Amino acid sequence: MTIEPMNSGRSFPRTFLAAVFLLAALVAGRGAEAEITIDITRGKVEPLPIAITDFVGAQGVAARYGRDLARVIGSNLERSGLFRPIDRRAFIQSAGALNTVPRFGDWRVINAQALVQGRTEMVPDGRLRVEFRLWDVFSEQQMIGLAYFTVPDNWRRVAHIISDAIYKRITGEDGYFDTRIVYVAEHSKDSKGVGRNRLNPFGKRLAIMDQDGENHRFLTDGSTLVLTPRFSPTLQEITYMSYYRNNPRVYIFNIDTGRQEVLGDFPGMTFAPRFSPDGKRIIMSMAKDGNSEIYVMDLRTRVVRQLTYHSAIDTSPSFSPDGSQVVFNSDRGGSQQLYVMDSRGKSVQRISFGRGRYATPVWSPRGDLIAFTKLANKRFFIGVMKPDGSGERLLAEDFKIEGPTWSPNGRVLIYYRKGKTNKDGTGGTSKLWSVDLTGHNERQISTPLDASDPAWSPLIP
Amino acid sequence: MRFKVLGMVAALALVVSACESTPESGAGASGSGGGGAGGTSTITPLPAAAPLALKDQFVVDVGDRVFFSFDRFDVEPDQRETLNRQAAWLKKFSSVSVTIEGHADERGTREYNLALGARRANAVKDYLVFQGVDASRIKTVSYGEERPVALGSDESAWSQNRRGVTVVAGGS
Repeated sequence: MTIEPMNSGRSFPRTFLAAVFLLAALVAGRGAEAEITIDITRGKVEPLPIAITDFVGAQGVAARYGRDLARVIGSNLERSGLFRPIDRRAFIQSAGALNTVPRFGDWRVINAQALVQGRTEMVPDGRLRVEFRLWDVFSEQQMIGLAYFTVPDNWRRVAHIISDAIYKRITGEDGYFDTRIVYVAEHSKDSKGVGRNRLNPFGKRLAIMDQDGENHRFLTDGSTLVLTPRFSPTLQEITYMSYYRNNPRVYIFNIDTGRQEVLGDFPGMTFAPRFSPDGKRIIMSMAKDGNSEIYVMDLRTRVVRQLTYHSAIDTSPSFSPDGSQVVFNSDRGGSQQLYVMDSRGKSVQRISFGRGRYATPVWSPRGDLIAFTKLANKRFFIGVMKPDGSGERLLAEDFKIEGPTWSPNGRVLIYYRKGKTNKDGTGGTSKLWSVDLTGHNERQISTPLDASDPAWSPLIP
Repeated sequence: MRFKVLGMVAALALVVSACESTPESGAGASGSGGGGAGGTSTITPLPAAAPLALKDQFVVDVGDRVFFSFDRFDVEPDQRETLNRQAAWLKKFSSVSVTIEGHADERGTREYNLALGARRANAVKDYLVFQGVDASRIKTVSYGEERPVALGSDESAWSQNRRGVTVVAGGS
């Protein structure tokens, strides 16, 4: 998994890091003219028509990668709801050679506002070289030109990195395509499935996939009930809850090694874990003598600190991005509501005051909003509010809908939606969905089995 | 405590295997030895009914579960009789240890339901301890909403799923 710069002869260590190099020679100066932009903070955005040509391959193999790259980039951009890839059958100019300037007139005629062109080549050492350019069709300006070297198996990541570059250049915000989702795969109630047993009746397993559903794999085998996985900011680890040996505890799963390790030695059930933004601590709940309180464990020193002292249910904690505050839910006021406290457990303040119950707060990576689950009128909702509790907006609704997780740029939420179960066990299917912060563009994310408890990774470094 | 439980299970296993071996040898004797005293009529002894394991006795004779109201964890007055019987039985079989499972219905968020299940399991434990059962014999575990007994998204299913189940130790 390496992406190497073309302008470097030395080989980089095989790391997970992807180095992306701007090729100065390919970059045309930014014109003073008004550029195409998308304001993604607006409510309903008219998708930007964009033409994505097949990347031209120097050889047959490279041409296949070229077509696949264009297809993945197109579907990434389309799913964002901000772009409308134009049907390639409408194209007048063939993909053409990258080094020639496009005939912009041919692209204006089909109303393309942006044009993506690329070229692929297998280089003698076996790597794949990919370069692409993004053009503003109307101002006839090049907006970006980038080149990448990668092992061919890594072509999907290159497609995601290019998608992120296009998204960022046009919206001004970081993308979220070079990311993964960890979630709990499960069998629906009426299906026969592997790995189901008395203590794990739906065969719940940890699973991980790219944000577009590709490269799907299971991380656990279903012999043990697992719940609520969450990524570490460093990406190599997931914290989750497991009923291994019927002892419900918080665990850490190392994605690279597959190693699972119980976190600490607690006298009661530990659950609802999340990493701190720096990845050095885990915040979670422990239930002792029936009472759930919030604790923080330092992963290096293993020192545990109790943050709440209350007979109420205190759980689902989430750090603010700067690590200075924690939002959680508690029924200390009589019903489940959201509270914010500082990272030492002091200055506790209730922030939710609407009708109904509020749960599973998650602080946006941007810090500006808190996503939550709301229960009201026998329905579940996903919503957002400001950290002071103002500006509540509901984005999605269902019989059961829960567990929002943020895209790394804080613009999209993924959660799971579950329908009603019939008496005979049919129905009740659970699937992952995403919605834009604007409340538009709600879409199902396809998974091989039923799915719940999604967690979105940060951008892969 | 752990050793006691294991010892008890081993003893039970011996009893069961002894019961099973008796009818087999009886049947073998009648087959080879012919009529014996009865002559023409053959009397084949019935296999002895295997005694119910203690854990099954508990379920059948005592009642292993109590039910809770929505989002509540206090033992309802109409559920106390079941727990009184459990306490009496546990005092009679004083070497038995139990695990109390706390469960929730699906109408809550997953993590909250784990906490609610812990409260319910603990409420059952507290009740039994108050009735004189040694706390060291009782473990608790919460399954939240993860192990419903009744399917369906309606009150009749939910009311069965909001439960505390006392499970007598000794295999599953």
